[in-house]
Amino acid sequence: MNAITPGISHRKGAVDMAHGGGGRAMAELIDDLFRRHLSNSILDQGNDAALFQVPAGRLVMSTDGHVISPLFFPGGDIGSLSVHGTLNDVAMAGAKPLYLTAGFILEEGFPLADLERIVASMALAAREAGVPIVTGDTKVVEKGKGDGVFITTTGLGVVPEDVHVSAERARPGQAILLSGSIGDHGVAILSKRENLEFETEIKSDSAALHTLVADMIEAVPGIAVLRDPTRGGLAATLNEVARSAGVGMHLDETTIPVKPDVAAACELLGLDPLYVANEGKLVCLCDAGDAEKLLAVMKAHPLGRDAAIIGKVVEDDAGLVEMETEIGGLRVVDWLSGEQLPRIC
Amino acid sequence: MKYVDEFRDRDLAKTIAEAIRQEADPGRTYNIMEFCGGHTHAIFRYGVKDLMPENVRFVHGPGCPVCVLPVRRLDDAVEIAERHDVILCTYGDMMRVPGTKQRSLIKAKADGADIKMVYSTLDALKIARNNPDREVVFFAIGFETTTPPTAVAIKTAERERLKNFSVFCNHVLTPSAIGHILESPEVRELGTVQIDGFLGPSHVSSVIGSEPYEFFAEEFGKPVVIAGFEPLDVMQSALMLIRQINEGRHEVENEYTRVVTSEGNLKAQQLVSDVFELRQSFEWRGLGKVPYSALKIRETYAAFDAEKRFEVSEKKSREVKSCECPAILRGVKKPTDCKLFGTVCTPDSPMGSCMVSSEGACAAYWTYGRHREKARAAPVKEAAE
Repeated sequence: MNAITPGISHRKGAVDMAHGGGGRAMAELIDDLFRRHLSNSILDQGNDAALFQVPAGRLVMSTDGHVISPLFFPGGDIGSLSVHGTLNDVAMAGAKPLYLTAGFILEEGFPLADLERIVASMALAAREAGVPIVTGDTKVVEKGKGDGVFITTTGLGVVPEDVHVSAERARPGQAILLSGSIGDHGVAILSKRENLEFETEIKSDSAALHTLVADMIEAVPGIAVLRDPTRGGLAATLNEVARSAGVGMHLDETTIPVKPDVAAACELLGLDPLYVANEGKLVCLCDAGDAEKLLAVMKAHPLGRDAAIIGKVVEDDAGLVEMETEIGGLRVVDWLSGEQLPRIC
Repeated sequence: MKYVDEFRDRDLAKTIAEAIRQEADPGRTYNIMEFCGGHTHAIFRYGVKDLMPENVRFVHGPGCPVCVLPVRRLDDAVEIAERHDVILCTYGDMMRVPGTKQRSLIKAKADGADIKMVYSTLDALKIARNNPDREVVFFAIGFETTTPPTAVAIKTAERERLKNFSVFCNHVLTPSAIGHILESPEVRELGTVQIDGFLGPSHVSSVIGSEPYEFFAEEFGKPVVIAGFEPLDVMQSALMLIRQINEGRHEVENEYTRVVTSEGNLKAQQLVSDVFELRQSFEWRGLGKVPYSALKIRETYAAFDAEKRFEVSEKKSREVKSCECPAILRGVKKPTDCKLFGTVCTPDSPMGSCMVSSEGACAAYWTYGRHREKARAAPVKEAAE
């Protein structure tokens, strides 16, 4: 890939308004930074729109904006997160993701070296997932009008025949499975926030879940519901499903995996891990008879090693999610009210 | 997690619950006021009530710092932030408490006031250091637990000659509030609130010790058990209270011995008395004006007193008319007695302070306790059909 002029000094420089101006500087940025890292046969067509074949069947599409602060955090950065986040949204339809797009909003003055780190991380995440970024866009806003970089990604995927995953399919009697420990992402982000820095080994769980989903669907094609509990945590996800299907849920607190460091950080900060964000976990509802089989498949996958059956769907017109607590009492697990942590993804 | 898991153990909880069932006299009720919002939260968060017999009742007290701050002081904070162009630093819970005409700090922030949420006084000091051209005000609220850190902040600001830092002081005192409740007509004459004993504050007592409660255990003949915030602490303390009540004792006992001593933290007490002195009177939401129930900044540190530095206007502050927060804070009513509860007032759009803080009784009922209302409503529904 040759630059139009011999190389922009992106390792030293910073984003300026010209990088979004449509002129030579923008072309250089795209060629020398974006295309160099993200290169694939479709992106390299170099047209405004990517052209590709689609398989027969039902397609799903999902889009997600990423505004996380800080941009770099233990276990990932805004680049890898923007790939994982959208891949997971596509995968939660039971789909195999095919293509991604990426839109960047850059703030004037943002170091090009940081931008390159982010784009390289996106490229790696996309390559590991086996899903190419086929088209993109870059805009620059004046200093003070953004916060470094915002990334919007869109994903396209195809749903296998006979797979019908949707929140409305939650029915009383189904088992609720969780793929691993909760709260890792939120606590990792918190530990790096200004005013709140604390020492912890916790890393974000940011990961692409589509291969785990593929294994699960292959074993139990009748999976009713898949969701990734991101913002608002496990509590918000379960409430969304309960509301959309008009059912209740009954959880057992002792079965929900929480890493000791995450639990400790939450105690200290007065947070409930049920409300803390995840970026590499999924919740699954399936018929009770399939639950053990599905659990075994999940545990066999590296991203589902700590999977657990955490409760069951029950009849309840009020749509309440209830939980038997550690000591054996009962409580409601309500929606999160207000905002626990801004800009977590 | 050490010091936590063992206080949430299911088998131990069952054992204590069984002991309570054995020892509680079925011929009477035991009305236990948990003064602290932290206890209210623990009771609901862990479903402690489910393990208690029907005749052991928790009466929720006023010990939620966000809840008891009167609307007037909140309106003043909003005015300081808006009119005087300061950076106002506040603990997160305060942000959403509705003031007069539902004006809250979060709304003022959305309209452009510079309001920052902080996790400690250290953050507020850092903001003052980093913004030497701006006035930075720390909106100090809370009981004896949060007072020492505010004292440290003021002393630090003095040492560093931080000229742009001040404190809007709203620190209140636990013992005077308990005494005030026990002297209220509802408890003394009308008998509308029956209180047989108190779960004493845990973190507050780590600072002030257990001695300050001796007076009203003696004077009012009510037992006090200082209780930790874990669910088993609450249950064990309830058992200790039931034993005292059964034996006709009214002593101050300490369940939370892993933290609380009888004299408390003398160093923290010294810091507080260096910086603060008693206010003659302070208004509490729910309790009204309570003599000698709050602290103000001493004259020596007047330079750091936001009340002296920023003028606030006379205003007619008003709570939402039908909000029952005041009666709930006195233990006279339950959240579910309020017409607004769960209809127009929820944690997402709170009408009163008790619905905002996780330590507020209304928020605890709504967030953790709705299944009880459902269980109660279900037979009625069947009967109607």
